[in-house]
Amino acid sequence: MEQYEFIVVGGGPSGMSGAIEAARAGVKRVAIIDENLTLGGQLVKQTHKFFGGKAHRAGERGIDIGVDMERTCGELGIEILRDTVVWGIFNHDTLALYQDHKSRRIRAKAILLSTGASENNITCPGWTLPGVMGAGAIQTMMNVHRVLPGTKILMVGSGNVGLIVSYQLVQAGAEVSAVIDILPAIGGYGVHASKITRLGIPIHVSQTLKEIRGQDRVEEAVTIEVDSSFKPIPGTEKTYPVDTVCIAVGLSPLSELAWMCGCEFRYIGELGGWVPCRRETMETTAPGIYIAGDASGIEEASTAMMTGAIAGLSVAERLGYLDPGKSKILRQEKIDGLVPFRCKYFEFRQEANQRLMEMGGVVQ
Amino acid sequence: MTNTELVSLSTRGVLTPEELRTLPGVPSDERMKRGPVAYIECADIFPCNPCESACPKGAIRIGEDITNLPVLDEDKCDGCGTCVAACPGLAIFILDMTYSETEAVVRIPYELLPVPEKDQEVSCLNREGKIVTQGRIVKTVKPKAYRKTVVVWIAVPKDLALDVRSIRV
Repeated sequence: MEQYEFIVVGGGPSGMSGAIEAARAGVKRVAIIDENLTLGGQLVKQTHKFFGGKAHRAGERGIDIGVDMERTCGELGIEILRDTVVWGIFNHDTLALYQDHKSRRIRAKAILLSTGASENNITCPGWTLPGVMGAGAIQTMMNVHRVLPGTKILMVGSGNVGLIVSYQLVQAGAEVSAVIDILPAIGGYGVHASKITRLGIPIHVSQTLKEIRGQDRVEEAVTIEVDSSFKPIPGTEKTYPVDTVCIAVGLSPLSELAWMCGCEFRYIGELGGWVPCRRETMETTAPGIYIAGDASGIEEASTAMMTGAIAGLSVAERLGYLDPGKSKILRQEKIDGLVPFRCKYFEFRQEANQRLMEMGGVVQ
Repeated sequence: MTNTELVSLSTRGVLTPEELRTLPGVPSDERMKRGPVAYIECADIFPCNPCESACPKGAIRIGEDITNLPVLDEDKCDGCGTCVAACPGLAIFILDMTYSETEAVVRIPYELLPVPEKDQEVSCLNREGKIVTQGRIVKTVKPKAYRKTVVVWIAVPKDLALDVRSIRV
């Protein structure tokens, strides 16, 4: 069985950061495994410029950051296994891969699960019609495969994903009829919202989907206003003639492999649902199994890069390439980078992460 | 996740004139009469500071805590416009009320195709995306450092310079 020092499952912003930090510290035989053909995870779809400060690569477009990180992985000799699925982890050190229609096993001294998230959905009559799709699916079609999935779109969800994807749809030549959100306030940043309203896309809060109609595919969508307890208000229906309904109503951590490893979990709604307990080093309760990025709690690409880097540094320390003092200093830089993304608007994330660690009963 | 004290912004995505007046990045009427100046429509207390580092005059201050709102020093700002493409939120505009007797120039960040040509007539949209006037393209600027954001200069009737924030080509 092939032996690696460090295997990263998932080559998005957190996974690549983890692999890069570990390899920089001297860890040998580092590999990133990704089920996609291209590395970068969601960065591939993020054509907007990032927020944050210099440490978060603010001002650079996500898609460019992904390409740059992949180049760095190459320079550091990190192996990349594309189009490869990790379908199981056994004994905390053996990964089962599916690659080229064959299954095989490899062994690793440490494993980082940076598997990202899956999209949430909402149901209403007609939700299974062709033309109803997740925002991530639309981005994959549009930004990766250059296929515009529809011409007239109703966007459901005004979080940053809904707002950004609306903007990208207009850039790609589609028309977005409206953005609706069941909550009484817009979920995403004001600047993202203003970017699309000035293009003529109205945003309606306190509205939800009532029904999607169509013969063989989406032909129209009916929205309805809700009251302060989210009950639909009869008589407030509005019909949009659209061919596509885009669902952008949040994400859930993709953590099957962590369940399989026997990691302890807690339900933390603010982080997207069930998340593995972990230490500040990002190690789960399963020895040698680390977690980072959206798989460890839904936050941002910017925080994913930080948590991935923390995990990579912790692995380097675990394998003896970094002394504990040096590792702590380097990790602290990354923890400091998380702070602005976990205060003010995002105070709830700090509390949620704190609660997770306390609930996990994990000693720091 | 936006500033819920600003009701219009947080429920419609549109800043009203009253809401704009509360922002530390919006220059005074006095200053606007004196020539080009940045008009920063940022109300988000999230971590972001590229505008501060981009400004060659040190006219935009955010400080140590990068979740602070950008504060414009309107006397230091000469309207050079470096911040327009640097703002990841596309929230900074340059207004020049002194362009001519009747016209002002609004410089906007633009990321759609086609990019308009010089002297082209375009529809000008307000913050709600409604057409409020026709405008004339004075020039378009897209150096590599702008990372694919084009800055479009539009001449518009002076009384609409505070409203025009986008174009339809």
